[in-house]
Amino acid sequence: MPRIGVFVCHCGSNIAATVDCAGVAEATRGFPGVVHAADFKYLCAETGQNLIRDAIAEHRLNRVVVASCSPRMHEPTFRKAVAQAGLNPYLMEMANIREHCSWVHADRQVATAKATEIIRMVVAKVARNEPLTAKQVGLTKRLLVIGGGIAGIQAALDVANAGYQVTLVERTPTIGGKMAMLDKTFPTLDCSACILTPRMVELSQHPNIELRTYAEVLSVKGFVGNFEVEILQKARKVNHLTCTGCGTCWQKCPEKNVPSEFDVGMGRRTASYIPFPQAVPNKPVSDTANCRSVRHLAAKERGEKLMECRVCEKLCPTKSIDWEQKDEIIVDRFGAIIVANGYDTFDHSVYGEYGYGKYPDVITGLQLERLMNASGPTKGEVVRPSDGKHPHSVVFLACVGSRDDKVGRPYCSKICCMYTAKHALMLKEHDPNIQTYVFYLDIRAAGRGYEEFVRRVQEEYGSTYIRGRVSWIYPQDGKLIIKGEDTLLGRPVEVEADLVVLATGITAASGAVDLMQTIGISYDTYGFINEMHPKLRPVETNTDGVYLAGCASGPKDIPDSVSQASAAAVKVCGLFSQDYLTTDPMTSVVDQMKCVGCFLCEEVCPFRAVERETLRGGKVVARINESVCKGCGLCVAACRGEALNLKGFTDQQLLAQVTALLRA
Amino acid sequence: MSTYAYYPGCSLHGTAKEYDRSARLVCQALGLELREVEDWNCCGASSAHMVSHWLALSLPARNLQPVEKMGLETMTVPCAACYARLKDVSCELKDPEVRAKIGRVLGDQVTGRVTVEPLIGTLTTQEILDKAASLIVKPLTGLKVATYYGCLLTRPPKVAQFDDPENPQSMDRLLRTLGSEVVEWYFKTECCGASLPVARTDIVLDLSRKLLAAAKKAGAEAIVTACPMCHSNLDSRQGEIRGRYGDDFKMPIFFFTELLGLALGYPARELLIANHLTDALSLLQGRGLA
Amino acid sequence: MTSEFEPRIVGFLCNWCSYAGADLAGTSRTSYAPNIRIIRVPCSGRVDPLFIAKAFQEGADGVMVLGCHPGDCHYVEGNYHARRRFAVMHRLLDYLGVDKGRVMLEWVSASEGARFARVVNEFTDQVRQLGPAKRPVHSF
Repeated sequence: MPRIGVFVCHCGSNIAATVDCAGVAEATRGFPGVVHAADFKYLCAETGQNLIRDAIAEHRLNRVVVASCSPRMHEPTFRKAVAQAGLNPYLMEMANIREHCSWVHADRQVATAKATEIIRMVVAKVARNEPLTAKQVGLTKRLLVIGGGIAGIQAALDVANAGYQVTLVERTPTIGGKMAMLDKTFPTLDCSACILTPRMVELSQHPNIELRTYAEVLSVKGFVGNFEVEILQKARKVNHLTCTGCGTCWQKCPEKNVPSEFDVGMGRRTASYIPFPQAVPNKPVSDTANCRSVRHLAAKERGEKLMECRVCEKLCPTKSIDWEQKDEIIVDRFGAIIVANGYDTFDHSVYGEYGYGKYPDVITGLQLERLMNASGPTKGEVVRPSDGKHPHSVVFLACVGSRDDKVGRPYCSKICCMYTAKHALMLKEHDPNIQTYVFYLDIRAAGRGYEEFVRRVQEEYGSTYIRGRVSWIYPQDGKLIIKGEDTLLGRPVEVEADLVVLATGITAASGAVDLMQTIGISYDTYGFINEMHPKLRPVETNTDGVYLAGCASGPKDIPDSVSQASAAAVKVCGLFSQDYLTTDPMTSVVDQMKCVGCFLCEEVCPFRAVERETLRGGKVVARINESVCKGCGLCVAACRGEALNLKGFTDQQLLAQVTALLRA
Repeated sequence: MSTYAYYPGCSLHGTAKEYDRSARLVCQALGLELREVEDWNCCGASSAHMVSHWLALSLPARNLQPVEKMGLETMTVPCAACYARLKDVSCELKDPEVRAKIGRVLGDQVTGRVTVEPLIGTLTTQEILDKAASLIVKPLTGLKVATYYGCLLTRPPKVAQFDDPENPQSMDRLLRTLGSEVVEWYFKTECCGASLPVARTDIVLDLSRKLLAAAKKAGAEAIVTACPMCHSNLDSRQGEIRGRYGDDFKMPIFFFTELLGLALGYPARELLIANHLTDALSLLQGRGLA
Repeated sequence: MTSEFEPRIVGFLCNWCSYAGADLAGTSRTSYAPNIRIIRVPCSGRVDPLFIAKAFQEGADGVMVLGCHPGDCHYVEGNYHARRRFAVMHRLLDYLGVDKGRVMLEWVSASEGARFARVVNEFTDQVRQLGPAKRPVHSF
């Protein structure tokens, strides 16, 4: 039998001014199950809490209702108070008679009557409360970082330096990401490689970090503290344990005409290759789509003839070439995941007015970075892809694939204004006689030293900034004619250029949506991760234990990505500082006797908390993984057979509230 | 035999009679019956939508109603400007509120069920291209042409829903089928200044000159259009351009239906090619096409 | 005081947005019609149509379900489920003989105290206009 105690708080005059608290307490004495009622000036004060604790002992109360402020304010306080008196904390309920009553109704009679009814409902609920116990589960203190760009590198190093084991998975043959492709960084013009490569080396030599390049995440199961992850290690056809990275194989590889991904098509590479000289690991992979030996072996299997190559195999001094090497799946356990899968640049071939990506001298900003880079395909000489000549006039177009509804990209890519200004400056440094023009919509240079940088490019480096979108580019006499509007003058403009550089915007990395679905985190229409809270929890995803960093959640520059990575690292360290995890006991629960195994619950659950369990006799029923369940109750409302219930908000509790109110 | 409602528009009864004539002849040859929309009126192009949104919708809408009464489903429109207006209103009529309001303006129920397509679209389906290929009498072999679609046929893409907005191909395919060589150039959908011939002749001359110069540079011997306004500007302004800029292009401007008619064996005389203001017959005679 | 009919209204409010919005109406001292009695639920998607039917059976004159705005659900998509369920629920209400004007699904965020008050006032007026509800005869 419930023995309920009701405690009515005056909250000074906050409640007492419009509610007759003593009268309310008196009225509640008649409610079913109530054996004690009292009112007090400040229940949240130590004296008030003592009053409750004493009453629990004195009247042998097994349920408590605190009628005061919003539970969003003081629920933890009063749960703790009753727990100190030996009562299960979940046997306390609060009746909100301040925010929902005394503060919004001036009429004392109305407010008093309403407060009484609110308490009546909560009394009916608390009578049906069950003691709940928070569970404790152990955790694996190992971090998985997905993506080896600057964000992933920073996060991995921070967590590894805190003493935890980290595995970093990168799908390309090297870490470094987009930052490694850049020549200089704005606005300080630091050499990108000079600041990045030491970090890459530090990561590869870190005793707490396991680096897996040329690998991808295949599946993620489990929950915070206990993820089970399948990682696909793609075959490199090179044994990295014995390979010394001497370079013989990629220098001698006869297949030299593969467009280089790292040089964004501006250069060529061999089939056996490292993407760039400072790649980490500095050991090659053989690109099986282009390797002549691999193609020879495949042809042989089909019974066709193709010339044999095996040059690398013959020349390798350590006999590290392994044609038998296969893709491998590794299963590992992690306690947390940081997703830093980066971005791709917008594919401008949808812009018909800019030539559908078919004019060789219309290139992207990232391609220009490779051309300007001293270790790039042209050794830092900026030349036209069409004829190898130096350009004398270069036009930049901002917002290509950004702020453009027409191509489905209404958002600002944040970095293009700055990198375009940097490009205009760098070109002038390369060749003082070069003419640069920048077509822009608005200059968005919010950041320390950013606006000053853009002004310098305009004023000191003489770049001509024209406000307006370019409507048309076409080739004429070996040059490109750029037509647009100067919206400040309100006139059409036409510029002749040798080279056009498109500031292509940031899009979600290729395969991002597949990855999000694999991990089970939510993403927006563009494939960027949705944060748990855009303001207050910006590096957490909606799945506990999965964090994000860098452009995975939208356009960011390097300092923002690095800050986020460190923020995510702190979240992981906080998680790993615990020896076990306490779960909220207000989760769904299945009555397996009633469950018919329709799994509607599985369909509606946003957190993949529903698991399948086979009972003796073969019946498959639902089971809730309490560590994953967040207690939304979607499954309960969806269950047709009333097999599911939500602890703390059971059907019985909620219906009792309805009945208590209306039957009175 | 497919039957189309045919909306010639004012130009084809005036300055572009040769377009009307050639369109009717080639359609007949290709087995398409054209039935002129009964009691049609001006579509309002280039002036109505400057003045009143509802006038600009109601004028073309009034031309769609008779089509249903004639028992036809599809209207084909030779003029690019008329097409732009009629297609626009047929899109707008999908909104029931617009339908109701236009119905009140016209005093007649408006359904918006009629499909509107440009004549260049009607005549460049694969089926028609195959048929044309089989009927060629005089292939246009060696004739180097620049295809010029003008600014209205493909824009705005969401409304026009015809071909690629920046690099359309349908006329190119047709002319290649007829044996001519289509030059690569970049001005296919640039503006000729069509709506400004009276108010700002200077702009028209400048824009048309650029088009003619670009076509010439690309190696074209003639420009082929699918719009009476484009044709009128390019054909009739060459003298003024010579006077103002000194460029003497002597560039024949054809309607695509004229070249199609020639290939199908109609004599130039019957196609009214002599009506052009810039001599087109000499070129044709030189190639044995007229 | 006139003896005007005062409807009894049950409100199911999601804990994260609408309940907090009602709290904000309180902290901002925004007064509104006192007829509503609030039941806290974790999410609007937790609300079983049965709760609504039960409320009418027990004599409620109106039922409100308030949740987070679309896209803002604390549980990612709970309010979408609520919305879909609500659309289907309308047909059941017809069958029960409950006027559709007696139920309302609305979105109130944690920052919309004033909006909460407005929504409650409008709904209370609406139900007051409809008069006392007849109890559905069908049992569940």
